[in-house]
Amino acid sequence: MIEALEILVLSLADDDLIMGHRHAEWIGLGPILEEDIAFASIAQDETGHAQAYYQLLTDLGLSTPDEYAFKRKASAFRCAHLVELPNFDYDYAVALMRHFLYDAAEQVRLQALREGTYDPLAGLADRLLREEKYHWLHATTWIQRLGHSTEEAHLRLRSAMQQLWPYAWALFEPMPMETEMVEAGWIAPSASLREKWVNLIQPILEETNLWLSPPTEETLLAVRGGRQGHRSPFFESLLQELTEVSASEPEAEW
Amino acid sequence: MSSLDPRIRRAEPELWQLPDSPLQALEHWPTYEVFVQRTRGSHAQHVGSLHAPNPEIALLLAKEQYARRSQCVALWVVPTEAIHWTSPEDEDLFQPATDKTYREPQGYLHTRERLEKYRDRLTPTSSS
Repeated sequence: MIEALEILVLSLADDDLIMGHRHAEWIGLGPILEEDIAFASIAQDETGHAQAYYQLLTDLGLSTPDEYAFKRKASAFRCAHLVELPNFDYDYAVALMRHFLYDAAEQVRLQALREGTYDPLAGLADRLLREEKYHWLHATTWIQRLGHSTEEAHLRLRSAMQQLWPYAWALFEPMPMETEMVEAGWIAPSASLREKWVNLIQPILEETNLWLSPPTEETLLAVRGGRQGHRSPFFESLLQELTEVSASEPEAEW
Repeated sequence: MSSLDPRIRRAEPELWQLPDSPLQALEHWPTYEVFVQRTRGSHAQHVGSLHAPNPEIALLLAKEQYARRSQCVALWVVPTEAIHWTSPEDEDLFQPATDKTYREPQGYLHTRERLEKYRDRLTPTSSS
Protein backbone atom coordinates (compact mmCIF):
# COMPACT_ATOMS: atom_id res chain seq x y z
CA MET A 1 0.00 0.00 0.00
CA ILE A 2 2.79 2.39 0.92
CA GLU A 3 4.46 1.58 -2.39
CA ALA A 4 1.38 2.72 -4.33
CA LEU A 5 1.15 5.85 -2.19
CA GLU A 6 4.78 6.71 -2.84
CA ILE A 7 4.27 6.32 -6.59
CA LEU A 8 1.23 8.60 -6.52
CA VAL A 9 2.85 11.30 -4.39
CA LEU A 10 6.13 11.21 -6.35
CA SER A 11 4.27 11.53 -9.66
CA LEU A 12 2.62 14.71 -8.37
CA ALA A 13 5.71 16.04 -6.60
CA ASP A 14 8.19 15.37 -9.40
CA ASP A 15 5.91 17.07 -11.96
CA ASP A 16 5.86 20.18 -9.75
CA LEU A 17 9.59 20.12 -8.96
CA ILE A 18 10.66 19.87 -12.59
CA MET A 19 7.97 22.27 -13.85
CA GLY A 20 9.10 24.78 -11.23
CA HIS A 21 12.70 24.36 -12.37
CA ARG A 22 11.88 24.89 -16.05
CA HIS A 23 9.66 27.91 -15.32
CA ALA A 24 12.43 29.34 -13.12
CA GLU A 25 14.78 29.28 -16.10
CA TRP A 26 12.83 32.35 -17.29
CA ILE A 27 13.93 34.50 -14.35
CA GLY A 28 15.47 37.66 -15.77
CA LEU A 29 14.53 36.69 -19.34
CA GLY A 30 10.76 37.32 -19.24
CA PRO A 31 9.14 39.60 -21.80
CA ILE A 32 8.58 42.51 -19.41
CA LEU A 33 9.59 43.13 -15.81
CA GLU A 34 6.12 42.74 -14.30
CA GLU A 35 5.46 39.45 -16.10
CA ASP A 36 8.95 38.19 -15.25
CA ILE A 37 8.15 38.64 -11.55
CA ALA A 38 4.71 37.03 -11.84
CA PHE A 39 6.03 33.98 -13.72
CA ALA A 40 8.99 33.57 -11.36
CA SER A 41 6.56 33.60 -8.47
CA ILE A 42 4.52 30.85 -10.10
CA ALA A 43 7.73 28.84 -10.56
CA GLN A 44 8.52 29.27 -6.88
CA ASP A 45 5.00 28.11 -5.94
CA GLU A 46 5.47 24.89 -7.94
CA THR A 47 8.75 24.13 -6.19
CA GLY A 48 7.04 24.75 -2.84
CA HIS A 49 4.23 22.39 -3.80
CA ALA A 50 6.78 19.68 -4.61
CA GLN A 51 8.35 20.14 -1.19
CA ALA A 52 4.95 19.83 0.51
CA TYR A 53 4.24 16.55 -1.33
CA TYR A 54 7.66 15.07 -0.44
CA GLN A 55 7.02 16.03 3.18
CA LEU A 56 3.92 13.77 3.21
CA LEU A 57 6.25 10.84 2.49
CA THR A 58 8.79 12.05 5.07
CA ASP A 59 5.97 12.06 7.63
CA LEU A 60 5.44 8.36 6.83
CA GLY A 61 9.09 7.63 7.60
CA LEU A 62 10.33 7.66 4.00
CA SER A 63 13.04 9.99 2.60
CA THR A 64 13.30 13.74 3.23
CA PRO A 65 12.36 16.40 0.65
CA ASP A 66 16.08 17.16 0.03
CA GLU A 67 16.83 13.50 -0.53
CA TYR A 68 13.94 13.17 -2.98
CA ALA A 69 14.89 16.35 -4.86
CA PHE A 70 18.67 16.15 -4.88
CA LYS A 71 19.81 12.61 -4.20
CA ARG A 72 17.79 10.34 -6.43
CA LYS A 73 18.93 8.76 -9.64
CA ALA A 74 17.14 9.79 -12.83
CA SER A 75 15.20 6.52 -13.17
CA ALA A 76 13.60 7.03 -9.73
CA PHE A 77 11.79 10.17 -10.90
CA ARG A 78 8.16 9.83 -11.99
CA CYS A 79 7.42 13.12 -13.75
CA ALA A 80 5.79 13.35 -17.17
CA HIS A 81 8.01 14.31 -20.11
CA LEU A 82 6.03 17.54 -20.63
CA VAL A 83 7.77 19.18 -17.68
CA GLU A 84 11.23 17.98 -18.72
CA LEU A 85 11.21 19.67 -22.14
CA PRO A 86 13.81 22.48 -22.27
CA ASN A 87 12.87 26.08 -23.01
CA PHE A 88 14.36 25.42 -26.42
CA ASP A 89 14.70 28.85 -27.97
CA TYR A 90 13.07 30.79 -25.16
CA ASP A 91 9.85 31.45 -27.01
CA TYR A 92 7.46 32.83 -24.39
CA ALA A 93 4.47 31.44 -26.31
CA VAL A 94 5.77 27.93 -25.59
CA ALA A 95 6.27 28.78 -21.91
CA LEU A 96 2.73 30.15 -21.64
CA MET A 97 1.16 27.23 -23.50
CA ARG A 98 2.96 24.68 -21.31
CA HIS A 99 1.91 26.65 -18.21
CA PHE A 100 -1.70 26.63 -19.47
CA LEU A 101 -1.83 22.90 -20.30
CA TYR A 102 -0.02 21.94 -17.10
CA ASP A 103 -1.98 24.12 -14.70
CA ALA A 104 -5.27 22.95 -16.23
CA ALA A 105 -4.15 19.41 -15.35
CA GLU A 106 -3.27 20.63 -11.85
CA GLN A 107 -6.79 22.02 -11.42
CA VAL A 108 -8.33 18.69 -12.37
CA ARG A 109 -6.13 16.39 -10.36
CA LEU A 110 -6.04 18.57 -7.24
CA GLN A 111 -9.84 18.73 -7.26
CA ALA A 112 -9.89 14.93 -7.52
CA LEU A 113 -7.38 14.56 -4.68
CA ARG A 114 -9.37 16.93 -2.50
CA GLU A 115 -12.33 14.54 -2.78
CA GLY A 116 -10.08 11.55 -2.09
CA THR A 117 -10.00 9.31 0.97
CA TYR A 118 -6.38 9.84 2.01
CA ASP A 119 -6.76 12.77 4.40
CA PRO A 120 -3.20 14.17 4.40
CA LEU A 121 -3.27 14.33 0.60
CA ALA A 122 -6.85 15.67 0.45
CA GLY A 123 -5.96 18.40 2.95
CA LEU A 124 -2.81 19.35 1.07
CA ALA A 125 -4.70 19.46 -2.25
CA ASP A 126 -7.22 21.82 -0.68
CA ARG A 127 -4.38 24.16 0.40
CA LEU A 128 -2.54 24.01 -2.92
CA LEU A 129 -5.70 24.79 -4.88
CA ARG A 130 -5.74 28.25 -3.27
CA GLU A 131 -2.43 29.14 -4.95
CA GLU A 132 -3.35 27.29 -8.11
CA LYS A 133 -6.35 29.59 -8.54
CA TYR A 134 -3.92 32.38 -9.47
CA HIS A 135 -1.88 30.10 -11.75
CA TRP A 136 -5.02 29.21 -13.67
CA LEU A 137 -6.18 32.82 -13.85
CA HIS A 138 -2.73 33.88 -15.11
CA ALA A 139 -2.63 31.12 -17.74
CA THR A 140 -6.15 31.60 -19.09
CA THR A 141 -5.88 35.40 -19.16
CA TRP A 142 -2.75 35.32 -21.32
CA ILE A 143 -3.92 32.53 -23.66
CA GLN A 144 -7.24 34.29 -24.26
CA ARG A 145 -5.60 37.68 -24.66
CA LEU A 146 -2.79 36.54 -26.99
CA GLY A 147 -5.06 34.10 -28.81
CA HIS A 148 -7.06 37.09 -30.00
CA SER A 149 -4.20 39.51 -30.67
CA THR A 150 -1.80 39.67 -33.63
CA GLU A 151 -1.22 37.08 -36.32
CA GLU A 152 2.31 36.51 -35.00
CA ALA A 153 1.05 35.80 -31.48
CA HIS A 154 -1.48 33.32 -32.83
CA LEU A 155 1.06 31.55 -35.03
CA ARG A 156 3.47 31.21 -32.11
CA LEU A 157 0.77 29.81 -29.82
CA ARG A 158 -0.35 27.42 -32.53
CA SER A 159 3.13 26.09 -33.10
CA ALA A 160 3.64 25.81 -29.31
CA MET A 161 0.42 23.82 -29.09
CA GLN A 162 1.52 21.45 -31.87
CA GLN A 163 4.85 20.88 -30.16
CA LEU A 164 3.41 20.32 -26.66
CA TRP A 165 0.10 18.60 -27.33
CA PRO A 166 1.17 14.91 -27.22
CA TYR A 167 3.35 15.58 -24.16
CA ALA A 168 0.46 17.27 -22.37
CA TRP A 169 -1.85 14.37 -23.23
CA ALA A 170 0.73 11.99 -21.69
CA LEU A 171 0.39 13.76 -18.32
CA PHE A 172 -2.53 11.37 -17.88
CA GLU A 173 -0.64 8.20 -18.71
CA PRO A 174 -1.80 5.65 -16.10
CA MET A 175 0.52 5.32 -13.11
CA PRO A 176 1.94 1.97 -12.01
CA MET A 177 -0.34 0.44 -9.30
CA GLU A 178 -3.11 2.84 -10.31
CA THR A 179 -5.75 0.17 -9.68
CA GLU A 180 -4.76 0.08 -5.98
CA MET A 181 -4.86 3.89 -5.76
CA VAL A 182 -8.33 4.05 -7.30
CA GLU A 183 -9.66 1.18 -5.16
CA ALA A 184 -8.37 2.93 -2.04
CA GLY A 185 -10.32 6.00 -3.17
CA TRP A 186 -7.27 8.30 -3.17
CA ILE A 187 -7.78 9.55 -6.73
CA ALA A 188 -9.97 9.00 -9.80
CA PRO A 189 -8.59 6.96 -12.74
CA SER A 190 -6.27 8.83 -15.13
CA ALA A 191 -8.64 8.36 -18.07
CA SER A 192 -11.48 10.13 -16.25
CA LEU A 193 -9.15 12.94 -15.15
CA ARG A 194 -8.05 13.41 -18.75
CA GLU A 195 -11.68 13.71 -19.81
CA LYS A 196 -12.21 16.48 -17.24
CA TRP A 197 -9.01 18.18 -18.38
CA VAL A 198 -10.22 18.16 -22.00
CA ASN A 199 -13.56 19.63 -20.89
CA LEU A 200 -11.68 22.42 -19.13
CA ILE A 201 -9.29 23.41 -21.93
CA GLN A 202 -11.22 22.60 -25.09
CA PRO A 203 -13.66 25.56 -24.94
CA ILE A 204 -10.80 28.03 -24.37
CA LEU A 205 -8.64 26.57 -27.14
CA GLU A 206 -11.54 26.32 -29.58
CA GLU A 207 -12.58 29.87 -28.92
CA THR A 208 -9.03 31.06 -29.70
CA ASN A 209 -8.77 28.70 -32.69
CA LEU A 210 -5.93 26.74 -31.10
CA TRP A 211 -7.62 23.40 -30.45
CA LEU A 212 -6.15 20.22 -31.95
CA SER A 213 -7.73 16.78 -32.15
CA PRO A 214 -6.35 14.12 -29.76
CA PRO A 215 -2.86 12.85 -30.63
CA THR A 216 -2.58 9.46 -32.34
CA GLU A 217 -1.46 6.36 -30.40
CA GLU A 218 1.70 6.35 -32.48
CA THR A 219 2.65 9.90 -31.44
CA LEU A 220 1.90 9.09 -27.83
CA LEU A 221 4.19 6.06 -27.80
CA ALA A 222 7.20 8.34 -28.12
CA VAL A 223 6.29 10.61 -25.22
CA ARG A 224 4.91 8.16 -22.63
CA GLY A 225 6.75 6.31 -19.89
CA GLY A 226 7.51 9.17 -17.51
CA ARG A 227 5.37 7.67 -14.75
CA GLN A 228 7.22 4.34 -15.14
CA GLY A 229 10.60 5.98 -14.63
CA HIS A 230 11.65 6.32 -18.28
CA ARG A 231 13.31 9.70 -18.68
CA SER A 232 13.39 11.88 -21.78
CA PRO A 233 16.78 12.70 -23.34
CA PHE A 234 16.60 16.15 -21.71
CA PHE A 235 16.41 14.96 -18.12
CA GLU A 236 20.01 14.03 -17.31
CA SER A 237 21.43 17.51 -17.93
CA LEU A 238 18.49 19.11 -16.13
CA LEU A 239 19.10 16.95 -13.04
CA GLN A 240 22.79 17.78 -13.12
CA GLU A 241 22.01 21.48 -13.11
CA LEU A 242 19.30 21.12 -10.45
CA THR A 243 21.64 19.25 -8.09
CA GLU A 244 24.84 21.14 -8.88
CA VAL A 245 24.90 23.25 -5.74
CA SER A 246 23.74 20.57 -3.30
CA ALA A 247 26.25 18.10 -4.79
CA SER A 248 29.08 20.60 -4.28
CA GLU A 249 28.57 20.48 -0.48
CA PRO A 250 26.45 17.39 0.31
CA GLU A 251 26.70 17.90 4.07
CA ALA A 252 25.82 21.61 4.09
CA GLU A 253 22.69 22.75 5.90
CA TRP A 254 20.66 25.26 3.92
CA MET B 1 32.55 37.31 -22.85
CA SER B 2 29.99 34.53 -22.59
CA SER B 3 27.76 34.24 -19.55
CA LEU B 4 28.49 31.82 -16.70
CA ASP B 5 24.76 31.22 -16.41
CA PRO B 6 23.90 28.05 -18.38
CA ARG B 7 20.39 29.39 -19.03
CA ILE B 8 21.79 32.44 -20.75
CA ARG B 9 24.14 30.34 -22.88
CA ARG B 10 21.18 28.18 -23.94
CA ALA B 11 19.03 31.24 -24.61
CA GLU B 12 21.69 32.57 -27.06
CA PRO B 13 20.79 36.24 -26.65
CA GLU B 14 23.21 37.12 -29.47
CA LEU B 15 20.69 35.56 -31.85
CA TRP B 16 17.74 37.53 -30.52
CA GLN B 17 16.31 39.91 -33.03
CA LEU B 18 16.01 43.00 -30.93
CA PRO B 19 14.48 46.12 -32.49
CA ASP B 20 17.04 48.34 -34.28
CA SER B 21 15.90 51.52 -32.60
CA PRO B 22 14.94 52.11 -28.98
CA LEU B 23 11.25 52.19 -28.09
CA GLN B 24 9.59 55.53 -28.56
CA ALA B 25 7.85 57.25 -25.67
CA LEU B 26 4.36 56.04 -26.51
CA GLU B 27 5.32 52.51 -27.60
CA HIS B 28 5.32 51.34 -23.99
CA TRP B 29 2.26 49.93 -22.34
CA PRO B 30 0.41 52.52 -20.26
CA THR B 31 0.86 52.56 -16.50
CA TYR B 32 -1.70 51.79 -13.81
CA GLU B 33 -1.67 52.91 -10.19
CA VAL B 34 -2.15 50.06 -7.74
CA PHE B 35 -4.09 50.20 -4.47
CA VAL B 36 -4.14 47.46 -1.86
CA GLN B 37 -6.87 46.82 0.68
CA ARG B 38 -5.19 45.09 3.63
CA THR B 39 -8.29 43.97 5.57
CA ARG B 40 -12.00 43.94 4.84
CA GLY B 41 -13.55 47.30 5.51
CA SER B 42 -10.26 49.20 5.57
CA HIS B 43 -9.56 51.82 2.93
CA ALA B 44 -7.39 51.01 -0.10
CA GLN B 45 -3.85 52.35 0.06
CA HIS B 46 -1.73 53.40 -2.89
CA VAL B 47 1.33 51.14 -3.15
CA GLY B 48 2.89 51.84 -6.55
CA SER B 49 2.40 51.53 -10.29
CA LEU B 50 3.03 49.06 -13.12
CA HIS B 51 2.86 48.64 -16.90
CA ALA B 52 -0.05 46.71 -18.42
CA PRO B 53 -1.96 46.65 -21.72
CA ASN B 54 -5.39 46.70 -20.04
CA PRO B 55 -7.03 46.72 -16.58
CA GLU B 56 -7.50 42.94 -16.56
CA ILE B 57 -3.76 42.28 -17.00
CA ALA B 58 -2.93 45.14 -14.64
CA LEU B 59 -4.82 43.29 -11.89
CA LEU B 60 -3.14 40.02 -12.85
CA LEU B 61 0.35 41.52 -12.59
CA ALA B 62 -0.43 43.68 -9.55
CA LYS B 63 -1.12 40.57 -7.50
CA GLU B 64 2.49 39.40 -7.71
CA GLN B 65 4.09 42.87 -7.66
CA TYR B 66 2.26 44.29 -4.69
CA ALA B 67 0.26 41.67 -2.81
CA ARG B 68 2.68 38.83 -2.14
CA ARG B 69 4.71 40.21 0.75
CA SER B 70 1.93 41.39 3.04
CA GLN B 71 -1.72 40.75 3.72
CA CYS B 72 -4.22 41.76 1.06
CA VAL B 73 -7.93 41.10 0.57
CA ALA B 74 -8.55 43.16 -2.56
CA LEU B 75 -6.69 45.09 -5.25
CA TRP B 76 -7.65 48.20 -7.21
CA VAL B 77 -6.00 49.44 -10.38
CA VAL B 78 -6.58 52.86 -11.89
CA PRO B 79 -5.12 54.14 -15.18
CA THR B 80 -2.44 56.67 -14.23
CA GLU B 81 -3.86 59.05 -16.80
CA ALA B 82 -7.13 59.15 -14.85
CA ILE B 83 -5.36 60.72 -11.87
CA HIS B 84 -5.29 64.51 -11.53
CA TRP B 85 -2.90 66.16 -9.12
CA THR B 86 -1.91 69.58 -7.83
CA SER B 87 1.38 71.02 -9.00
CA PRO B 88 4.37 70.75 -6.63
CA GLU B 89 4.67 74.53 -7.05
CA ASP B 90 1.32 74.87 -5.33
CA GLU B 91 2.60 73.27 -2.16
CA ASP B 92 1.93 76.55 -0.30
CA LEU B 93 -1.80 75.87 -0.79
CA PHE B 94 -1.50 73.54 2.16
CA GLN B 95 0.41 75.89 4.50
CA PRO B 96 -1.88 77.80 6.95
CA ALA B 97 -1.10 81.48 7.53
CA THR B 98 -2.31 81.46 11.14
CA ASP B 99 -2.25 78.87 13.91
CA LYS B 100 -4.80 76.20 12.99
CA THR B 101 -3.63 73.45 15.30
CA TYR B 102 -7.15 73.39 16.74
CA ARG B 103 -8.14 71.58 13.54
CA GLU B 104 -5.62 68.85 14.10
CA PRO B 105 -6.50 65.76 16.13
CA GLN B 106 -4.66 67.06 19.21
CA GLY B 107 -6.86 70.16 19.11
CA TYR B 108 -9.72 67.95 20.33
CA LEU B 109 -7.73 66.37 23.18
CA HIS B 110 -9.36 68.20 26.10
CA THR B 111 -12.82 68.67 24.65
CA ARG B 112 -14.52 66.41 27.17
CA GLU B 113 -12.88 68.15 30.17
CA ARG B 114 -13.85 71.55 28.89
CA LEU B 115 -17.36 70.41 28.19
CA GLU B 116 -17.77 68.96 31.65
CA LYS B 117 -16.37 72.10 33.29
CA TYR B 118 -18.87 74.21 31.37
CA ARG B 119 -21.75 71.91 32.25
CA ASP B 120 -20.81 72.09 35.93
CA ARG B 121 -21.00 75.87 35.80
CA LEU B 122 -24.45 75.81 34.20
CA THR B 123 -26.07 73.07 36.29
CA PRO B 124 -26.37 73.70 40.03
CA THR B 125 -24.92 70.77 42.03
CA SER B 126 -27.49 68.45 43.67
CA SER B 127 -26.53 69.50 47.22
CA SER B 128 -27.41 73.18 46.73
